[in-house]
Amino acid sequence: MKLFASYKEKAGRSDIELSLQAGATVRDAVRETLRLYPAVTQDGSRLMIAVNQEYQAHDYALSDGDEVALIPPVSGGGAG
Amino acid sequence: MDAISLGYFEGARQGRKDCKGVGVMIQITYEALCPDAITAEVRRDGNGAVVTFLGSTRDSTGERNVLHLEYEAYRPMADNQLARIAAEIGERWGITDAAIAHRLGRLEIGDVSLVVAVASPHRKEAFEACAYAIDRIKQIVPIWKKEFFEGGEVWVGSQEDARAKQNTQLDGLRQP
Repeated sequence: MKLFASYKEKAGRSDIELSLQAGATVRDAVRETLRLYPAVTQDGSRLMIAVNQEYQAHDYALSDGDEVALIPPVSGGGAG
Repeated sequence: MDAISLGYFEGARQGRKDCKGVGVMIQITYEALCPDAITAEVRRDGNGAVVTFLGSTRDSTGERNVLHLEYEAYRPMADNQLARIAAEIGERWGITDAAIAHRLGRLEIGDVSLVVAVASPHRKEAFEACAYAIDRIKQIVPIWKKEFFEGGEVWVGSQEDARAKQNTQLDGLRQP
């Protein structure tokens, strides 16, 4: 699981190795991440997730070797 | 240069007048952005309208003075999302000439963090597509801004940011 920006600082690291059961979904990966690093966020139900660099819903089924990332609220673009 | 060009029509780049090329330039870089050069990417003889937006580093957020900023991105997802936005304005407004550049790393007050240049035959499409692209960047592109203040720093968009904004508003209410 890749972490960025505020999530990375709260966890104190940018990469987390997760062991999940076969058939695990994004929701399972989020749950395991927050179990290991509860400081990342209090409410995991609304987290944005990318799998292999595309946004996916929490019921998305993961495959072995997928690159999963927690996406904090984005704030690019500059002024306003 | 840390840039990718997508479907760039070479004839158009060479300035031929007879070609209707698709010119989309996406750039994410730690280097200073050059708005003139980015705008030049979308100029064509068939484009009567060119709209360029610059996002620059503001010196304050609410009541707090900002000292400098840092931007971080998830790549190449951020590059791909910018390209997606360029494709969206192509579908909605028929825009074929667009350039989007975002800067990363440490930026000082007044530095340009974002350039969006959109060209079209007439102004309405260019204005609308440019505004839409900026809104979409703030929705779907995994880039994050950290503001550094005197005595603190905060990732914008985070819960701390929301709290800090609330505190700033409360401070404002408390003042006579």
